[in-house]
Amino acid sequence: MTLDLQTAARPKPAPARPPRGAWRNRLDAKASPYLYISPFYLLFLAFGLFPLGYTFWVSLHHWDILGNNHYTGLRNYQLLLTDPDFWNAVTNTVAMFVIATVPQLLGAMFLANALNRKLRAQTLFRMGVLAPMVTSVAAVGIVFSQLFGRDYGLINWLLHFAGVHNIDWQAHQWSQWTAISTMVDWRWTGYNTLIFLAGMQAIPRDLYEAAAIDGASRRVQFWRITVPSLRPTIIFTSIVSTIGGLQLFTEPLMFNQNLMQGGSLRQGQTVAMYMYESAFQRFQYGYGSAVAWMLFLLIIIIALINYLITRRLAGGRI
Amino acid sequence: MRDPLRRATTIAVAASLVGVLALAGACASDSKKTSTAASTITLSVDDFGSFGYDALYKQYEAAHPNIKIVERNIATLSTYTPQLQQHIAAGAGAGDIVAIEEGIAVKFMAQPDKFVDLNQYGGAALQNNFLPWKWTQGHSADGSKLIGLGTDVGGLAMCYRKDLFAKAGLPTDRAAVGALWPTWDAYLKIGQQFKSKVPGNGFVDGATNLYNTILMQTAGQGQNYTYFDKSNNLVVDTNPAIKTAFDETVKMSQAGLSSKLQSFTDAWATGFKKGQFATIACPAWMLGLIQTDAGDAAAGKWDVASLPGGGGSWGGSFLAVPTQSQHPKEAAALAEFLSNPQGQIAAFKAKNNLPSSPEALSDPAVTGFQNTYFSNAPVGQIYASGATSLKPVYLGSLNQEVRTVVENDLLAIDTGQLTPAAGWTKAIADAKRAAATG
Repeated sequence: MTLDLQTAARPKPAPARPPRGAWRNRLDAKASPYLYISPFYLLFLAFGLFPLGYTFWVSLHHWDILGNNHYTGLRNYQLLLTDPDFWNAVTNTVAMFVIATVPQLLGAMFLANALNRKLRAQTLFRMGVLAPMVTSVAAVGIVFSQLFGRDYGLINWLLHFAGVHNIDWQAHQWSQWTAISTMVDWRWTGYNTLIFLAGMQAIPRDLYEAAAIDGASRRVQFWRITVPSLRPTIIFTSIVSTIGGLQLFTEPLMFNQNLMQGGSLRQGQTVAMYMYESAFQRFQYGYGSAVAWMLFLLIIIIALINYLITRRLAGGRI
Repeated sequence: MRDPLRRATTIAVAASLVGVLALAGACASDSKKTSTAASTITLSVDDFGSFGYDALYKQYEAAHPNIKIVERNIATLSTYTPQLQQHIAAGAGAGDIVAIEEGIAVKFMAQPDKFVDLNQYGGAALQNNFLPWKWTQGHSADGSKLIGLGTDVGGLAMCYRKDLFAKAGLPTDRAAVGALWPTWDAYLKIGQQFKSKVPGNGFVDGATNLYNTILMQTAGQGQNYTYFDKSNNLVVDTNPAIKTAFDETVKMSQAGLSSKLQSFTDAWATGFKKGQFATIACPAWMLGLIQTDAGDAAAGKWDVASLPGGGGSWGGSFLAVPTQSQHPKEAAALAEFLSNPQGQIAAFKAKNNLPSSPEALSDPAVTGFQNTYFSNAPVGQIYASGATSLKPVYLGSLNQEVRTVVENDLLAIDTGQLTPAAGWTKAIADAKRAAATG
C-alpha cells in the first residue's frame, strides 16, 4: 500500500509551495512504520485482547452451556473468594510454583556458569540441556507418573534402599507438589540455562580479567560480576517462569490420571485445572471465566513481587 | 497447554471453524441427498468402554451396502459423559447413535426433545425384546416417548484369582468359593484369613469398585434408589443403603484388605497385570476389561464365583438417537439391529455384556457360554440366572456428579488421608455441594 502511495506521488514533481505529494510523503513516513507492525497488533487484538475482555464480560454473568445468561455483577468473584476449592487450587499452584521455580532458576544459573567455561564438546553439552524441552509434555507426564508409581515405580524402588517404603505420591499434597515440580524442572531447567548462558556471554571478558588480577576467586567473580550483570536476564526468566508456573496444567493433570480434580482430595489441582473443571466439566462458564481472571491477577501480582525482589537482589550486590 | 487464556482462544477459534465446517458439511450432505438417493450414508456411533459391536457392524454393513458405520469410542464413562452432554446441549457434534449408561440415563431421558422418539420408527413393537424394567427405563419421564433401547444389564458376581487362593490355602473351585462368603462379613473374614497367609497381595482391588457393588446390591434389595429418591431429592445422609455400603467398604479397608487402587486408572490396570489383588467384584461388563488389562499371561488364572450377599445389577446401557442426527431413520434401524436379541447375544459373546433381552438371556448361546479366559467359567449361567429377577435401581439425574465426590472421599479414607468419621462427614457435605452446583 505504501508503495502505491509513493508511485502515485512520483509523477508530480514537488513545486515551490508544498503540494499534496509532500503531505503524502510525510504521512507515509509517519504512518507506515505502524502499518508494518500492525499485523501483530491486529492479531493480538483479535485473539489476545478481545478474548481477555470477553472473558471478563462472561465472568460477570451466570452463563450456562446453551449460552443462556443473565447479568450477576461481581457475584461470581464473591463466591470464588469464599470457595475453599479455589483457595486450595491457589495454594497448590503457588506452592508448586515456588518448589519448582526456585531450584530451577538457581540450577539453571549454575549450569550456565559451568557451560560458559571452555569445555570439550561444548555445543553438544549446550544443546543437550535443551533436549527435555523437545519432549512432549504428555510424554513427560506419563513417564514421570510411572516413575512415581506407588507399587512399581522406580523412585519408590530406589527409596526402599534407604528404608522408605511405598510412598503414595498421588495421595498427599506434599508428595504431589514434589513429583510435579520435578517434572516441571526436568523440562524447563535447560531452557533457562540457555537464556542465562546467552546473557553471560554478553558480559565483557575484561571485567573478569581485571577481577582476576585483583585476586578475586571464581566464586567472588560469579557473585560480584556475573549475577549483577545478568540482572535483566534474571528478571526476564523469573517473569516467564512465573507466567508458565502459575498456569501449570498438563503436568498435574497427567500425573492424576486425567482427573481434573487433581486427586481424591484435590491434592494436586491447580488454578488452571479448577478453571477447566468449572467451565468445561460443570459448564459454569461465568464462574470459570472468573477463575481465569483471578489467575490473571495472581500472575500479575506474583510477577510484580518477583520483579521487585530480583531487582533488589541482583542490584544490591555491586 | 500452559496458557489457559490462549487455550480458551484456541478452543473458541476451533469451535467456530468446526461450526463453519459443520455448516458446509450439512449443506454438502443435503445437496447430495437430493441429487443421488443411493449415495452412502455414514452413521456414527458414540460409545464408551467395550460394547462388543465390531462383528455386528460388519454384518450390518454387508447387508446394507449404502450404510457405513463409524464407531467413536471413549474409554471411560467419566470422560464420555461431559462430552455427550455438551454435544446434546449444543445441538451438534453427537453421533447418530449415542450410548447412554444407566447412571446418566435419567439426566438424558429428562431432555426428551433432544432425542428422537423411537416409536416413530416402529419402536413400540420391540417391547418384548427387553426386560420390563429396562424397557421402562428407556422412556422419557412421563413414559410417552421411547428414547433408549436397552443393550445390557450389569449382573453382579465376584471374580477371583485361583492361584492366589491356592497360595492362601483356600478352595479354588467356584462353587466352594461362592459357599465361603454368603455375606459380606464372611467375605471380610476370608479376606483376613487370606491376608495372614499372603500378606504381599491385596484381597480387594480398592474401595470404589467394592463400594459401588455393595451400594447397587443393597439398594436393589431395599429402597431401589441410591443418592436421590424417586422424586429426585438428595437422600445421601438418610438412605441406609449408602451408609451400609460405605461402612462395609471402610471395614474392608481398615482391615488392610484393600490394594488401594482407584478403578479405571493405569495403576489399577497394572494391578491386574501383576496379580496384585485376589478378588474383585465384577459386573458382567467388567469381564472384558479384566481380560484386556490382565493380559494373556493371566489366562486361566481368574475364575468367577457368586457375589456375597446375593445378586444385583450395576451398569448397563441404552442406545438413543439424538434429534440432531441427519439420518434418524437409518440410525433408528441400526439401533434396533444392535439391541435386538441376536445383537445382544453377539455382544455377549464378544465382551460378555449381559443381555437385557429375556429371549437372549434364555438362549443356549448365552446360558451355555463358557469363558475360556476365566477358567471356562459358565459365565452365561452365572450372570443370566439372576438377571430376570433383577430389580431396577433409580439413579437421579445428578447421580454421576454425586457418585464421583463420594468415591473420592472413600479413596481418601482408603489411602489413609481421612479418618472414616471425617470421610463420612465430608462425603455428605461434598454430595450436597455437588447436587447443588451440578
